[in-house]
Amino acid sequence: MLEVKDLHAYYGKSHILHGVHLQVGHGEIVSLLGRNGVGRSTTIKAIMGQVEAEGSVIFKNEQMLGLKAFQIAHKGLGYVPEMRDIFPTLTVEQNLILGMKGAKPDKSARWNLADMYRLFPRLEERARVEAGMISGGEQQMLTLCRTLMGDPDLIMIDEPTEGLAPKIVELVAELFNEIARRGVSILLVEQKLAIALSISQRLYVMGHGRIVFEGTPQELRGNSTIRKEWLEV
Amino acid sequence: MEFFLISMLNSLSYGLLLFMLSSGLTIIFSMMGVLNFAHASFYMIGAYFAYQISVWLGFWPALVIAPLLVAAVGMAVERYGLRTVHKYGHVAELLFTFGLAYLIEEAVHLVWGRSSVPYVVPPSLDGAAFTLYSTDYPIYRVFMMAVSVSMLIGIYLTLTRSRIGLVIQAALTHPQSVETLGHNVPRVFMLVFGGGSALAGLAGVIGGNAFITEPGMAAAVGPIVFVVVVVGGMGSLVGAFLASLLLGVLQTFSVALDYSFADLFAKFGYTVDPDTPLAVLWNLTISQTGPVLPYLLMVLMLIFRPKGIMGSREG
Repeated sequence: MLEVKDLHAYYGKSHILHGVHLQVGHGEIVSLLGRNGVGRSTTIKAIMGQVEAEGSVIFKNEQMLGLKAFQIAHKGLGYVPEMRDIFPTLTVEQNLILGMKGAKPDKSARWNLADMYRLFPRLEERARVEAGMISGGEQQMLTLCRTLMGDPDLIMIDEPTEGLAPKIVELVAELFNEIARRGVSILLVEQKLAIALSISQRLYVMGHGRIVFEGTPQELRGNSTIRKEWLEV
Repeated sequence: MEFFLISMLNSLSYGLLLFMLSSGLTIIFSMMGVLNFAHASFYMIGAYFAYQISVWLGFWPALVIAPLLVAAVGMAVERYGLRTVHKYGHVAELLFTFGLAYLIEEAVHLVWGRSSVPYVVPPSLDGAAFTLYSTDYPIYRVFMMAVSVSMLIGIYLTLTRSRIGLVIQAALTHPQSVETLGHNVPRVFMLVFGGGSALAGLAGVIGGNAFITEPGMAAAVGPIVFVVVVVGGMGSLVGAFLASLLLGVLQTFSVALDYSFADLFAKFGYTVDPDTPLAVLWNLTISQTGPVLPYLLMVLMLIFRPKGIMGSREG
């Protein structure tokens, strides 16, 4: 469904990604692991057209590189940025509504407002509150739900569990499984190894702007060299 | 009392006009990070377009058509000018709008000449609306206020009730996130620039005949609009509104008051004569300092409260 080949990305003059290869299949949950600063976030930003990049990003048989971010979103790629990227002056509900691409709710969409409120009743309670006033964890949920409202076919999520209480983390992990069950693929940038191992079908480990490992959770569990060299602090 | 009420009404109509000008500038600034030096030029071409159209078709068509034409010019400037310059950074954008202001002024010289044009209040709006004590208050001033207030309500409803308004509000703080949700942010930028220009143009349509339509009008009002934006707080609409009214009061009252420090000293029994140190300064009347007061206010604001009345960002 998504095939990234030889992706190079730059911030000004610094070369961040040195030829990243990765694939995500239909309904698959894939995690992108690695220490801070190895280029995981940059990889998904490059796929989303937010940083200067070269190489190839094929999504549903179409080249994404060169398109603008809003065009890429319309092709069915969703992006959940890191925490606190909510629109602080708008209400929670207005944030969710802006997630929809058209003015009217699409009947064939996988998710609607009621679904979001059923999944996270807390958001319904705070529907009319300015999004800047809700807690960090709630904001995290809000960014995720906002992107789901746009009915993506593949969703890329940056550090979803960063700073969340363990109970909410469980809830989020459950939500990811539900997302995948509805036929939406997930590319996850995750810091917590345990979650990544438990929900992903496949994992990639990044180091120095390259993919240094690719495999199943089982293979990663068995490969202590990779874990020591690229993951454990 | 009479003086006070009339001046208050004049302050209000002038302040609302200033707000129409500065609201566009401040929205454009907070969204794109560009301080548009050519903004007052859109005010000027609004007045000239209105003059030309009122010669051909009359004032009422001009009131509608001129702002739309200015909006079209504004959108073209954003689409084919600013958007291209954008990748070279804010300094390039600033220089671009600076050059554009000169370009528009020269174009106005070429088309309409160097002196003022006879753009006057239409007969149907000429005359007194009501009489306050012994002063006839002109209908046109009331009309200006009505147009400004309806515009204000219009902007407010657009920004808070419509979907495009929500997209604009969101893009004010997080343009990139808005774009990744699938909203065409470049197009929104163009519309906002056009809308802001249209507001400036409308201010020109109703201000051009109330004051004077001449090639120097952009240069005359431009700095005041910047004062409004700085005093109000960069990017804050509410701040711009308060600052506009404040400057309206400041400018209207200051030209009419003939008090000086010398008068104040006289109250305490001290007379200033030509030999007193700094006698020139003490004898200055408020009306003489009128033109400099807005800038004094801006300088003081920048020193003591750099983020402005309502601004959220520093400097």
